[in-house]
Amino acid sequence: MLNASLKQLSALLAEGKLSSVELTQSFLDRIGQLNPSLNAFITVDREKSLAQARAADELRAKGGAGALTGIPVAQKDIFCAQGWLTTCGSKMLHNFVSPYDAHVIEQFNRAGAVNLGKTNMDEFAMGSSNETSYYGKVKNPWNLDAVPGGSSGGSAAAVAARLAPAATGTDTGGSIRQPAALTGITGLKPTYGVVSRYGMIAFASSLDQGGPMARSAEDCALLLNTMAGFDRRDSTSLEREKEDYARDLDQPLAGLKIGLPKEFFAEGLSADVAKAVEAAIAEYRKLGAETVEVSLPNSKLAIPVYYVLAPAEASSNLSRFDGVRYGHRAPEYTDLLDMYCKSRAQGFGSEVKRRIMIGTYVLSHGYYDAYYLQAQKLRRLIAQDFVEAFKHCDVIMGPTAPSTAFNIGEKSDDPVSMYLSDIYTIAVNLAGLPGMSVPCGFGGNGLPVGLQIIGNYFSEARMLNVAHQYQQATDWHQQMPGGI
Amino acid sequence: MQWEVVIGLETHAQLNTNSKIFSGASTAFGAAPNAQACAVDIALPGVLPVLNRGAVEKAVKFGLAIGAKINRKSIFARKNYFYPDLPKGYQISQFELPIVAEGELTIQLPPSTSSGQGYEKTVRITRAHLEEDAGKSLHEDFHGMTGIDLNRAGTPLLEIVSEPDMRSAAEAVAYAKALHSLVRWIGICDGNMQEGSFRCDANVSVRPKGQEAYGTRCEIKNLNSFKFLEKAIEFEVRRQIELIEDGGRVVQETRLYDPDRDETRSMRSKEEANDYRYFPDPDLLPLVVDEAFLDAARKTLVELPREMCERFEKELELSHYDATTLTATFDRAIYFDRAVMSLGNKNAKLCANWVTGEFSARLNREGKEILFEATRDKWLLVDPASQSSKQEDLPELPISPSQLGKLVVRIADGTITNNIAKKVFDAMWAGEGDADAIIEAKGLKQVSDVGAIEKIVDEILAANPGQVAEYRSGKDKVFGFFVGQAMKASKGKANPAQLNEILKKKLAG
Repeated sequence: MLNASLKQLSALLAEGKLSSVELTQSFLDRIGQLNPSLNAFITVDREKSLAQARAADELRAKGGAGALTGIPVAQKDIFCAQGWLTTCGSKMLHNFVSPYDAHVIEQFNRAGAVNLGKTNMDEFAMGSSNETSYYGKVKNPWNLDAVPGGSSGGSAAAVAARLAPAATGTDTGGSIRQPAALTGITGLKPTYGVVSRYGMIAFASSLDQGGPMARSAEDCALLLNTMAGFDRRDSTSLEREKEDYARDLDQPLAGLKIGLPKEFFAEGLSADVAKAVEAAIAEYRKLGAETVEVSLPNSKLAIPVYYVLAPAEASSNLSRFDGVRYGHRAPEYTDLLDMYCKSRAQGFGSEVKRRIMIGTYVLSHGYYDAYYLQAQKLRRLIAQDFVEAFKHCDVIMGPTAPSTAFNIGEKSDDPVSMYLSDIYTIAVNLAGLPGMSVPCGFGGNGLPVGLQIIGNYFSEARMLNVAHQYQQATDWHQQMPGGI
Repeated sequence: MQWEVVIGLETHAQLNTNSKIFSGASTAFGAAPNAQACAVDIALPGVLPVLNRGAVEKAVKFGLAIGAKINRKSIFARKNYFYPDLPKGYQISQFELPIVAEGELTIQLPPSTSSGQGYEKTVRITRAHLEEDAGKSLHEDFHGMTGIDLNRAGTPLLEIVSEPDMRSAAEAVAYAKALHSLVRWIGICDGNMQEGSFRCDANVSVRPKGQEAYGTRCEIKNLNSFKFLEKAIEFEVRRQIELIEDGGRVVQETRLYDPDRDETRSMRSKEEANDYRYFPDPDLLPLVVDEAFLDAARKTLVELPREMCERFEKELELSHYDATTLTATFDRAIYFDRAVMSLGNKNAKLCANWVTGEFSARLNREGKEILFEATRDKWLLVDPASQSSKQEDLPELPISPSQLGKLVVRIADGTITNNIAKKVFDAMWAGEGDADAIIEAKGLKQVSDVGAIEKIVDEILAANPGQVAEYRSGKDKVFGFFVGQAMKASKGKANPAQLNEILKKKLAG
């Protein structure tokens, strides 16, 4: 059962061989057993989850079951879920029980899925290692001394360690793909606007996008079918016809044109990652694909551009956490300004503070043109690179992260080296494109390597097909961490 | 030294949409604190703004009404600052690209002792942009704590910014009144200044007459009555002139007007001013107004003041003075228009005389203004000086437009004389009924019966042989004496034209 796909679990439920209560119970038990060492979950609420499981079983009995009915899904703690503590990994929200559901949560509830708990994450999704969470570091199931990546590190670790059959994540600069790569699972960041941001606590509004994290492309397709959809409460949500992201999974890959950006295979890429990615590309050639070199000349600017724009938006998005209406308020203060200063000083961790300060600086009078406006211009150039590249190929491939998982503490004193772990993923967010990470082997240290697949706008179904065909031919995605 | 005053106004008009500009919560005034603040208004984590189409329509209508340029693409920006009644820590406003740009408004200055002749002036409007209002901080009754009421948070505002085109407090007030009238006229704002639906910030500076460069300006915030606007500007002008003449310098700052002490006080200086860190709101797409949207807005636009003024001149043949006076404020214009409509557009001049004459004089005497409440189609009497009354508590205007029309008809058709009509008007104001009933009850009908008038004339001539002799000897002035006596005898009801004719005939012998 631990290694069953969502489709298999759904079939077991449909055939009556398994109830959602049994299924949920078994994952809750496993969480109870393994979460203390992994710290993948911030909140687990057996009663709530089991109540949903019972409701799912009743729904099934009445004949109203769909593909995800009764399936437990772990939710990143960035999604507001009614009645659930929703912390966003921060002390600031240590007491915030959400009075409403995010669109994504609503969609899962409507589908009859079970909320298995809220997963750990970097504070306000700011981090690449899950070390900035107020609720403690998350461990990589493949090696408890290594980080799982971030910011959706809790979801990634939970799926990799089989604490959950599937999970949600959000991706602002790589926060789904990089932890997916570092833990050997499959994750998809959709085209910006495909998944509603309503109820997803904002980090950088123009970059944030929710998406599925699971063990296979096929599972991701099922999850995305539920997560995607127009939502009028998010003005950046795109009104498009509903599509079945699983529709093309079985298409053969003959004739597929894969673009390989030369910039992604240059200095900074570790040898074992390069080797695994090249092997994966060789596998694709075997499956009938051809490769073509493409260039993303402005992608080297992605990190500096991102670290202007994302903190700028974050500095404003996080202003609402002021201790006035909800969340942490300093127990003692002398006046209003003191209340703001103390509440925010106590409520936010150091990485969040660093980004608020960067963001405040780049938006300040006299600096705005030089930083924010300039970054916006470069952002357009970066997006334009992809438009050019996609004239010559169907998908772009390369590494998801420059190395396998690094050790806990290894980069936490060096923010710039930490920021570089998102070097291949950030440009995709800046362009608003969909991107995936698919397990494609292991490094010399036995830790997973991820292959990144970047698609053109709204080509999620094609990307999932490309990933699925690879997963039919390989078994990297089925590998399970040995220690647990 | 001769000083010239330079004034520009920033006016916040609350748009009368049912729901807020970025959420579905109600905008109704007076609910229990926070009863009308939804998740978006409270700025819970994860919530997002969605633009209210109605607010955009109203902003576009305003732009069309002032002949402005409607920007086909405008941008919402975040204005960042911390304040407890600003839940998101930023206000969503428009900064670099507002929805409305470059319009103008013509104002009428009445003749006055200080300015002499009345005159017209066109004030340029730089821009008008959409934004959300903040909530309210309540400092009383919380035992040293501050209460926050977010009912008002997210209420749509149109901020209308003028060029510094006004040269006196009177011009500033005339502009504010014209703007107030216009937003009510086109139905985008209820104009209720007591409830804060219409409030002004005044930028005031002075410069030596003839100097081109502007002086340093001060901004006086939150003036919510025309009287305060006038007084605050007058005080501020005096303060600045005295300061400069005493060798001081005006410091650019924000000031507050204290009506109790009739003075302005410094609130914060430019150095203390916030750096608002404006940037485009990534949660909202650029606002695009297309041709179809513009056309739809154009169609909902009622006849504008200047158009109504032209119609009064052309179709009703009123003088330019009468037409501009009648269309200077929304309520009186609609009042007159409805009265004259009830007359089938006949006797317009007589009707205009009554509205600008007896009717206005009565309002002035009582210190009242009329208020048309379009939603209930009711005419109310409001005391502009009062700060408290709610609209539903206001008394109704005793004489509706059609009732005034009926009075005018009775003057025009000779039933009553103009003088008697004033008595009837007073009785109508006192609530004694409509014109016909009062004329009937009080027996005020004009006497046009030749026999009856002749009888009166005969009696008077008989009773005053001396005056008759005087007249016949060539003293024409005595004629007035006979008219007076005859009118007195008829209790003012004798038809004046007939009386004159009969008198002349009989005196001629």
